[in-house]
Amino acid sequence: MTTPGIGANQGADQTRESGKGPGRLTKFSDGLVNVAIKEPGRFFALCLDTFRAMFKRPVQWREFIEQSWFIVSVTAIPTMLVAIPFGAILSLQVGGLIRQLGAQSFTGATAVVAIVREASPLVTALLIAGAAGSAMCADIGSRKIREEIDAMEVLGINPLHRLVVPRMLACAFIGLFLNGLVSVVGLMGGYFFNVVLQDGTPGAYLASFNAMAQLPDLIQAEVKAFFFGITAGLVAAYKGLNAKGGPKGVGDAVNQTVVITFMLLFLENFLISALYFQLVPQKGM
Amino acid sequence: MGVEIRVEGLTKSFGRQVIWQDVSLTLPAGEISVLLGPSGTGKSVFLKSLVGLLKPDRGNIWIGDRNLPYLPEGQLYDTRKLFGVLFQDGALFGSMNLFDNIAFPLREHTRKSESEIKRIVLEKMEMVGLLGAEKKLPGEISGGMKKRAGLARALVLDPEILLVDEPDSGLDPVRTAYLNQLIVDLNAQINATFLIVTHDINTARTVPDNIGLLFRRELVMFGPREMLLSSEEPVVRQFLNARRQGPIGMSEEKDVSELEAEARMGADPGRLPPIPPQLMPSDGRVRPAQSPPGAWLRAHGVQPPPGSFVDETGRNWIEEWPRYVATMGPVGAAAGPGQAPPPGPPPQHPHGPKPGMPPAGGPHR
Ligand SMILES: Nc1ncnc2c1ncn2[C@@H]1O[C@H](COP(=O)(O)OP(=O)(O)OP(=O)(O)O)[C@@H](O)[C@H]1O
Ligand SMILES: [Mg+2]
Repeated sequence: MTTPGIGANQGADQTRESGKGPGRLTKFSDGLVNVAIKEPGRFFALCLDTFRAMFKRPVQWREFIEQSWFIVSVTAIPTMLVAIPFGAILSLQVGGLIRQLGAQSFTGATAVVAIVREASPLVTALLIAGAAGSAMCADIGSRKIREEIDAMEVLGINPLHRLVVPRMLACAFIGLFLNGLVSVVGLMGGYFFNVVLQDGTPGAYLASFNAMAQLPDLIQAEVKAFFFGITAGLVAAYKGLNAKGGPKGVGDAVNQTVVITFMLLFLENFLISALYFQLVPQKGM
Repeated sequence: MGVEIRVEGLTKSFGRQVIWQDVSLTLPAGEISVLLGPSGTGKSVFLKSLVGLLKPDRGNIWIGDRNLPYLPEGQLYDTRKLFGVLFQDGALFGSMNLFDNIAFPLREHTRKSESEIKRIVLEKMEMVGLLGAEKKLPGEISGGMKKRAGLARALVLDPEILLVDEPDSGLDPVRTAYLNQLIVDLNAQINATFLIVTHDINTARTVPDNIGLLFRRELVMFGPREMLLSSEEPVVRQFLNARRQGPIGMSEEKDVSELEAEARMGADPGRLPPIPPQLMPSDGRVRPAQSPPGAWLRAHGVQPPPGSFVDETGRNWIEEWPRYVATMGPVGAAAGPGQAPPPGPPPQHPHGPKPGMPPAGGPHR
């Protein structure tokens, strides 16, 4: 195939003609190797390089602050709008069930478990992946196809240090805040529904809340949010930096970023929760 | 002073597609070289390999005593500071205006004060004719303006090596003429090693000291301008004369039947056109890396095609040259910067324009 004068395409045609089976099989196994080994391998290489770049001077404060602000601006309002109905739905669904069991005074406790421990990291994940990650990937991807990244490297500037690290840290930093925001707004929504619409008593809500809640609940949620932010940032950077094939390539990269980030975040969520229950003794009631 | 780049046995493929293989060439320090080749033969890929953006499968790229593809990251970034690169699409940072784009390398790599940066940036912008467009964003300017802004950014750190990908695509003929003059003047001034990728045959014939031609995944030929312009090799000949007769077809290469048909028709390659004189710096000096007209031909006993080295005013540059250089002083060590050429009847500057006037075209136009 590499003989001068014979086109690369011609060579490919020949293999396809000479045997249909092997051609397709190699293609399939190539794809498999790519998905199972090469892509994760390259992703981890990027993670390591980014980690190293994190300690390079000078720290890109300006980019960090700008990106943080950008992420806040695309996520804050959607987060609240998702968190309120989330709290309300929980109160409606679980509240009804609990009332039938005659354990109405424990509504507050369910809110802790549901919102602080699980829902707020999930909502955070949703927004970090869907809003922040996709925007970041689109930004980096379009820089890549416009050759801005190449130009940066030629000018002797490491794009990981310059672009990826501040974005990833901004994502993690804002993840922490979003998680807090979801907890607060969700609890307020749940409280409002329980007390105002379902005739629960404020005292019972708060009492059962206190019986069940402990500080590590919040801390584990914050830890989750932090890792979610890091993951979303890294995936977005990886996909963006590997975008190719023009604007369509950027679209594909964004799409893949959202899907992959979601899968990774749900996995992380499970792992951290499992670890949390192993490590931190739970309060009884 | 520029840096020599020595490329040895370089091969690059994407997956199964071999782009080019076994490319070996030396870009002599301080000289202007042009890389030609049909669209899609991997000229841009070659340029990107030279700065270490793409890793070749095999081969070495020696810059001084450093082998670029195998450098650790820190040294690679360090070595890249020698380069100024203009990408095919300009590659300006979309979020910054032109001024900030051009100032970017200065702000990153030097400790210059803001007023000094402003002075340098405006000087470079004037050089490429972009004064007044400082505040524009890359999305708001034309393709040719992007090219010129990209060139200004590549020049701002006074590179030792300048790589330029198609400076003339998207430019009108007049701007192309100015740009060619600018390239020659720049080389005379900063004496860096230049590699220019172009499709413009006029540029390729009159600007460089060396020409290379990529075709069919190989470097067909690389050497002094006069060597390629007087070459009988069919591919080189077809490309440098922009003709249909020859091995290159619409889809990269012609098939056998087409070539046979061409042979039957008796397509006559004809005589080689005359070799035009080389474009000279507009301040009337000789570039340090420039060799006298006809030197290569004489050294290799090749007869130049009739009418060669004659400019449009009818002056024969092989005859003019000794007198011209005599008044200039020895090549390279000649007049100091800004010094006007000494007046004298015969060795008058071939281009017409006096120093300080806008350079217009060249003797070949
Ligand atoms: N990142 C890449 N991945 C895969 N293939 C690539 C990549 N970059 C370039 N190619 C392929 O390499 C070949 C050469 O591309 P290149 O851009 O270097 O051509 P060129 O000689 O610069 O053409 P033109 O004169 O039109 O600019 C093309 O066939 C292209 O498809
Ligand atoms: Mg190109």
